[in-house]
Amino acid sequence: MVHVEALTKRFGPLEVLKGVSAEFPAGAVTAVVGPNASGKTTLMKSILGLVLPDSGRVEVLGEPAINNPRVREHIGYMPQDPRFPENVTGREVLAWIEELRGRPKARLEELVKRFGLAEHLDRPTRFLSGGTRQKLSAVLAFLFDPAVLILDEPTAGLDPLASSRFKDLVKAERDRGKTVILTSHVMSELEELAERIVFLLEGRVVFSGAVEALREATGETRLERAVARMMEAV
Amino acid sequence: MKGATAKIFKYTLYDLARSRWVLGYAVLIALMVGGLLLFGNDPTQAVVSVLNLVILVVPLVSLLLGLMYHYANRDFALLVLTQPVPRASVFFGQLLGLGVALVGAFLLGAGAPFLVYSLIGQVDWATLLVVLAVGVAITLVFLSLALWLGVREEERVRALGVAIGVWFLLTFVYDGLLLFFIILAQAYPIDPWVIGISMLNPVDLGRVLVLLHLDTAALMGYTGALFKHFLGTALGTALAALALLVWILWPAFFARRRFEKKDF
Repeated sequence: MVHVEALTKRFGPLEVLKGVSAEFPAGAVTAVVGPNASGKTTLMKSILGLVLPDSGRVEVLGEPAINNPRVREHIGYMPQDPRFPENVTGREVLAWIEELRGRPKARLEELVKRFGLAEHLDRPTRFLSGGTRQKLSAVLAFLFDPAVLILDEPTAGLDPLASSRFKDLVKAERDRGKTVILTSHVMSELEELAERIVFLLEGRVVFSGAVEALREATGETRLERAVARMMEAV
Repeated sequence: MKGATAKIFKYTLYDLARSRWVLGYAVLIALMVGGLLLFGNDPTQAVVSVLNLVILVVPLVSLLLGLMYHYANRDFALLVLTQPVPRASVFFGQLLGLGVALVGAFLLGAGAPFLVYSLIGQVDWATLLVVLAVGVAITLVFLSLALWLGVREEERVRALGVAIGVWFLLTFVYDGLLLFFIILAQAYPIDPWVIGISMLNPVDLGRVLVLLHLDTAALMGYTGALFKHFLGTALGTALAALALLVWILWPAFFARRRFEKKDF
């Protein structure tokens, strides 16, 4: 479970988060939705400790997370555009992160097989395509069986097969009680995966709750329409 | 060194050891030094020529490679920062990895030609050792500056521009201005001031350190002569070395502080 409370963040003159509070329960996929520059990535990075909020609180599994690197043991993260050291192979990157975490990479075989990554693991990462890097990033995020998964546009570079396998994996993890936080511009993907929505607009939460409730509030059955209506309304 | 710092140091070094840029730097230095040795005739003269190389090329390459690595690896730094690792470990691990890689490339490039040359000719080992030590210190100073610049500046192109400006200022403009000042004020007892002013420039400090150890007065230059005259070789060396150390530490200190508070 992840809990954020009254988060504020300013980048120079720009107030990106204006008191964001939200709940990301365990055993559910919560989508963070909003137009470009609404604060989605800043919110996710605040949970990860990459962005240091000006005020407010972040709790991961009940532990304060700001300036506390230890809580990241429980977080798996897929960034929008993953990159790795150029001269190093995928297998080496996996070994490094294993060493940094100090935990065995429990699910390597299974994940490598799922994404068909085996043949790419022994080449320097600079030769990998965007999609393959994305697969490597997915393997890294799930590798240590973390309780919290933060997925920023995770399927953007994936082919349809990898993408559908990825979504199956996310659902399975949710059913195993994981906290999944997701952003995506692909509405069909959110429709398929997300039970809950946190809607951000100009740094404020304008809706937070079940997808059903959003549909009811806007009177639209399709999530895309409901989200569009939400954006228009404000 | 703490566990996580040592690991990140190891990964950085491992990556850089395979980098074509670092290898290219070692080869470039080796070619230049080899050329100086082959076409020069006096072994001490050759070492002094290497000093000029150290003073011009090493700062520029350290700045540029330090910045290039910083920007090329921003995303990997991001990945490491999302692991259970303190920020300070990521910073120091990268700084040390870069430092060892660049120092290693420099020592290999500048040292190997002399080793080969020693088979057929005479090498002034004592002076060479001082020049190499100065090269190591200059590498670390400019790497430290590069990281500070990189941590502060999001735009790669702007950072590279500033780096080239800093290099030009410290290697060319500074001495010109100093000379101008000396000529303007020649009627006054400004010598201690000149010592103070040249201490503010790491490139001058490196030059002074080498010149203090040469007996050839003609090669000594004005500031070198001043250091020797006022401080003597021992005190002058200690003071210049200390000032170089400060030049390595202060940009690294500010870079680290910024790194701790930065948003990624």
